[in-house]
Amino acid sequence: MSQHTKALLPSMVIFTLAWRNLWRNHRRTLIMLSAITVGVWAMIFMTSLLRGMVDDMLYNGIRHLPGEVQIHQHNYRDDPSINNSMSPPEAKLLTALNMPIVKAWTSRIKVPAVIASERDSRGVILLGVDPQSEVKLGFDLDSISSGRFLQGVNDNGIVIGAKLAERLETRLGKRVVIMSQDPDNNIADRGFRVVGIYRGKLASQEEMNVYAGLQTLQKMLKLGNQISEIAITAEDYRNTHQWFSTIENATEAPQQAMPWYEADSYLSTMMVTMDGFVLVWIVVVFMTLSFGLVNTLIMAVFERTREIGLMQSLGMRPALILYQILIESFLLLLIGLVAGNLMALLTIIPLKDGIDISEVAQGMEMMGNSSVLYPALKMKDMLMANAIVIVLGLLTSLLPAWHASRLNPVEALSRN
Amino acid sequence: MSSIICKDLCKTFQQGEEIITGLNQVSISIEKGDFVCLSGPSGSGKTTLLNAIGGLDKPDSGEIIIGGIRIDNLGKGALADMRLHNIGFVFQAYNLIPVLTARENVEFVMQVSGMPTSERAEKSMKILKEVGLEGMEERRPAQLSGGQQQRVAVARAIVSQPTLILADEPTANLDSVTASQLMGLFVELNQHHNVTFVISTHDVRVMKYAKRLIRMEDGKIIADESQ
Repeated sequence: MSQHTKALLPSMVIFTLAWRNLWRNHRRTLIMLSAITVGVWAMIFMTSLLRGMVDDMLYNGIRHLPGEVQIHQHNYRDDPSINNSMSPPEAKLLTALNMPIVKAWTSRIKVPAVIASERDSRGVILLGVDPQSEVKLGFDLDSISSGRFLQGVNDNGIVIGAKLAERLETRLGKRVVIMSQDPDNNIADRGFRVVGIYRGKLASQEEMNVYAGLQTLQKMLKLGNQISEIAITAEDYRNTHQWFSTIENATEAPQQAMPWYEADSYLSTMMVTMDGFVLVWIVVVFMTLSFGLVNTLIMAVFERTREIGLMQSLGMRPALILYQILIESFLLLLIGLVAGNLMALLTIIPLKDGIDISEVAQGMEMMGNSSVLYPALKMKDMLMANAIVIVLGLLTSLLPAWHASRLNPVEALSRN
Repeated sequence: MSSIICKDLCKTFQQGEEIITGLNQVSISIEKGDFVCLSGPSGSGKTTLLNAIGGLDKPDSGEIIIGGIRIDNLGKGALADMRLHNIGFVFQAYNLIPVLTARENVEFVMQVSGMPTSERAEKSMKILKEVGLEGMEERRPAQLSGGQQQRVAVARAIVSQPTLILADEPTANLDSVTASQLMGLFVELNQHHNVTFVISTHDVRVMKYAKRLIRMEDGKIIADESQ
């Protein structure tokens, strides 16, 4: 028999002892297992809701920007006026924009303007877009609640949000007047027919963003081929840092590239804060569980003091006794984790189509959330919850296990 | 492992505010293959001496040498190894592990010491048959009578063929027939396998088997007779 096999034999007996001792007081074990299961479920389920909420906030925020990376004339962010327009992308930047990781990009005009109906007028953000690339970038055609989206860069129509239409007391087919400034600071205005009304995920978007054809606006604003911004998106906003530098290196002054997490520090802070919050949440739930776990193990050790003394007198080393209590704890945690993970999956998967929170959506919209909450189950969060429960669980179990291994055999044997 | 030598062993216990003397300058030498009975009233120090020899308890002063190795200054792990490989314990209460079957209880020491499955299964079945528990191997302690449990405990103590067996009141909870069978087993092991026995007892039925009878009182040896 090899040394390795020989070394495993004591492990087998302590595994048997740990497993059978676990079910010795099955009621207590089941109560503790239920607590671990519910705790793990709460960790994973609540984390997926929080992640879903933050994902939604970030996604909506990035859509509002929109794009994960934007290129502007360097003064544009301080003064988003027509005077800070820039030239369309040239060869070097075009090469970077067409790299495989980039899902879509588009050029836009984005200037402040006033929109007026026969009833009212409002300040808006006027977006001159290429509808085809805008759709690739993320504009949802299903958000058009009546009419149509723009059909080309020369489309003479305008698409406004439902909220804005309500404020202006206008509707599909009616004419509105857009007024802004040209580069010479002269008034540039033009009448547009409302060809489409969209529903935004956020009320603020619906009220502010007005879409017109790119070239139509270039003509109106006497911009030539100048644009306000280039917006770029890839598959996952979390990976923007992987490709941003390529775009940045291809951007020549006075143009400036900026990723979403710099363009909107609130959103990036939100992501980091949420990682910390998830960790705190998992640890807090675990700490609640740990009291039950330690109590269970202390009771188990207390009830078996005489047996522990017996095993010591038969020649079981203190380390093996410690090992046995830890295995018992590990088995308890493992079963609880499996059940908790399963329960979490079984509750999260049926909710993949989202949870309707429209009753509180107005309040949620203020935070940048939409009216449907999609739980986001991340492997990273599941692994973190499982790892924390196992590692901290075993660390917590060290105390009763250490106590058991240090028992005086004579005193232990004399216990009733 | 052969002889046991104890030199000037002293041990006191604190009980409330009172200091109890467990062992008071006890010196004793036991040869390999001896069959020693420790007798005396409760509190005379029999169990304390037995525990000290077995490395379960440490004396306050004095030396214990077993098989030429001084054990009173060994660490917990080394003492555990010594008990595992050299000493068999039989206690007054049956002291079986309740979640293990009779066979598993007997195999426990062999398994901890790393004996292969087939070898220990063969040994445990054989020894259980010898102590009259054939057919009861898969019963848990709760399904066995007191006498049967004590026989399992004896089987566990002798199965790994220790050179020394320490027994603390082994017949205290047994009827006379079972006690007689148990002592017969001890005598056979002593005579045929040269196993050293140190037995603490009040039972005169046990004392009559002893080759050497040591009487203790107030932590001291007051008589040491060979018979």
